[in-house]
Amino acid sequence: MMKQTSATKDLIIMLVFIAAVLTAPIWLTPIGANYPDLLQKFAIYGIFAIGFNILFGLTGYLSFGHAVFLGIGSYAAVWSFKLLTMNILPAILFAVMWSGLFSVILGYISLRRSGIYFSILTLAFAQMSYNLAYSVLTPITNGETGLQLRLADPRYIDNMFTKAVSEGIPSTNLFGIKMSGYSGFYFCAVVLIICFWISLKIFRSPFGLTLSGIKSNQHRMKYTGFNPRPYLLAAFVISGMYAGLAGALLAVTDPLAGAERMQWTASGEVVLMTILGGLGTLIGPVIGAGVIKYFENIFSSIGDQNLFEMLSWLPEGMQSIVAYVISPFVGSGWHLTLGLVFMLIVIFLPGGLVSGFSKLASTFRPKKKTPQPVASTVSNASGTKEGE
Amino acid sequence: MSKIITSKWSRRGVLKAGAVTGAAISAPMFFTRNAFAAEFLNDPGSAANVTFGFNVPQTGAYADEGGDELRAYQLAVKHINGEGDGGMMNTMKPISLSGSGVLGKKVTYVTGDTQTKSDAARASAKRMIEKDGVTMVTGGSSSGVAIAVQSLCQEAGVIFMAGLTHSNDTTGKDKRRNGFRHFFNAYMSGAALGPVLEKNYGNERNAYHLTADYTWGWTQEASMIASTENIGWKTAATVKTPVGAGDFSQFITPVLNSGADTLILNHYGKDMINSLTQAVQFGLRDKQVNGKDFTIVVPLYSRLMAQGAGDNVKGIFGSTNWHWSLPDAGSQAFVKSFGAEYGFPPSQAAHTCYVQALLYADACERAGTFMPSEVIKQLEGYKFDGMGNGPTEYRAEDHQCFKDVLVVKGKENPSSQFDVLEVVEVTPRAQVEYKPDHEMFAGGDLGPANNGV
Repeated sequence: MMKQTSATKDLIIMLVFIAAVLTAPIWLTPIGANYPDLLQKFAIYGIFAIGFNILFGLTGYLSFGHAVFLGIGSYAAVWSFKLLTMNILPAILFAVMWSGLFSVILGYISLRRSGIYFSILTLAFAQMSYNLAYSVLTPITNGETGLQLRLADPRYIDNMFTKAVSEGIPSTNLFGIKMSGYSGFYFCAVVLIICFWISLKIFRSPFGLTLSGIKSNQHRMKYTGFNPRPYLLAAFVISGMYAGLAGALLAVTDPLAGAERMQWTASGEVVLMTILGGLGTLIGPVIGAGVIKYFENIFSSIGDQNLFEMLSWLPEGMQSIVAYVISPFVGSGWHLTLGLVFMLIVIFLPGGLVSGFSKLASTFRPKKKTPQPVASTVSNASGTKEGE
Repeated sequence: MSKIITSKWSRRGVLKAGAVTGAAISAPMFFTRNAFAAEFLNDPGSAANVTFGFNVPQTGAYADEGGDELRAYQLAVKHINGEGDGGMMNTMKPISLSGSGVLGKKVTYVTGDTQTKSDAARASAKRMIEKDGVTMVTGGSSSGVAIAVQSLCQEAGVIFMAGLTHSNDTTGKDKRRNGFRHFFNAYMSGAALGPVLEKNYGNERNAYHLTADYTWGWTQEASMIASTENIGWKTAATVKTPVGAGDFSQFITPVLNSGADTLILNHYGKDMINSLTQAVQFGLRDKQVNGKDFTIVVPLYSRLMAQGAGDNVKGIFGSTNWHWSLPDAGSQAFVKSFGAEYGFPPSQAAHTCYVQALLYADACERAGTFMPSEVIKQLEGYKFDGMGNGPTEYRAEDHQCFKDVLVVKGKENPSSQFDVLEVVEVTPRAQVEYKPDHEMFAGGDLGPANNGV
């Protein structure tokens, strides 16, 4: 099985991934998801989920507080915009640094326990951080309103080079390229591709193999002389930094940081994304992130008015009946649909959407002499059982 | 996609992928070209329709208010397009709208769910601006969300007409040129309540504040302290309570022993329903402290909240922006058409949203364009009447509407489930007015208008 994950295969995965990400504005057009903000969200939450998958998918440690690092990344980035410069590079750097620092602390404490106790510890930390950000640390986080840019911000580095002209709040930029709209998406897309590549390398590396070993049997790893704690901490910090990076990109494309980014629902969302797409698979989390963000943004916007327009091809009487049946599931009822989809996937496709695609692919493919599980090409290197 | 990964990589596949990548890379140039041709973002041009974005909470703690806001917006669109009985279109003075849409275009709308979260609200507003091409976003049922969406609209270059937002900051330190607020604010609540409290409870009270621990709560508390200390009251203590606490008993017990004789609840929505209900259940209102009857004050009232708290609101003072029982022609016309459409009277959230939609449409009609900078010129300093609050002015300096404020009291003998508040006093505008650089509002800057190009 290991032989299947050759360098050529990886290259092909990378190339397909790059093509798919860069052409997203085109192939997402038919389903109405080709506007910059949603595309940015796809890329950013894709990064978040990839990072989360390095911890959860590889080691099996389920963190219920990962949104904390997302929030810390956002706050760090916005403060960099406020104090230093509107250039995004320092912001991203600070965000990754700070989230890395916090994940070392949180990881060091939480990883003393495993299983459900680890999950509860991370959840407790997350809830604590959320409440701190929401009210106690208001001077830093601006509480419920969220941290925003102001005209009067110092922006020391920017103001050293250019005289501040009163023309409204400057926009975030990468050496002059504005980070809103499609340029923002392409920047996030490039970062996503790099993150995906790093994750691929981790999955294929001895380090990744060690992590999978910890997942399948931690005691056996200890008997063979491995101390799992440093490996776990490294995985925790890496995935924390991924989350921080995603948080920074959220602030880059939309310079605002709010406490609800740290709420437990946000932490739960990334768990859903990973499981929905395919736990422990390379591409799964990205797909899961896309599906959830699509539901949140598109399904929630379908009101009764649009529903009738969409069903205009139906005969007169049918139209109102179908609309009546569908309407509880769209608009404000989008959570209901998401819940149903999630249930169906967990029950019928425990490996997530990716395993569904693999099943589809294997039914259409001519039979080989030695049938091999197709999922392993995109699943983790060691070929351990995933998500079941 | 997975199919491609697992299948053999053909030459044709590579060529196809290459072509598509090329097209994708050229996409941004293709998309931005049109944007620069327009004079302003989302110019409807010669299209037959213009689209408004209604961004309200449809899930979460403020879903009740959000639902009512959406109903009001839908009614406003009907009236602007000349359907229904016209509502306030018949009473608004002056008016340029004629019931044939705006500038000859039929008004359509898109909706979004803010979930009462800044992130979700901004994502939803961005969808409206980038995908649906709206010229104006309106809505919001909490100040945090309103402020977040207002700054987004400023950055993007469309108009934001704030819905229900009561914090001083919305038109104070977080004010923006492209944003406008019709609703009143915490300072006005304090200024209106002060004299009424003095008349009913005298000058020697000792007030205990329970305050929702976020921006709106703080500005509300600061405003109430300023106005009550102005009439000679003392402030016994101010205690912050977490938002959405549910159980307030641990905060209410200390009130009994604090020596305070008045409890001021700077809470809103479900928090207010819970804290007030529990305070009454603890018997606070039956107590005598310092030889005076213990009283409770709720600075920001809404009918939806009063309904939720039931009998507990009887005799309790508060302030609101508008109430459906007002006798003026504008209010009556609105209540009549809202009632005919939905079967119950509108809330103050519905009222402010309806008025905001009409005001924006009218300003576009007067400006002759949807261009934000021109529409802003029409709204700044605009004086109007017949919208339920008497003569009203959109002050140019901070984009806050100045009008009379209602002081209300929970009704002792309600005649129906909607008839829970009675208007005690209509506080004239002059009494609630303040300077744009008042200390509670200082630190903000409207900045320049943004047309988004």
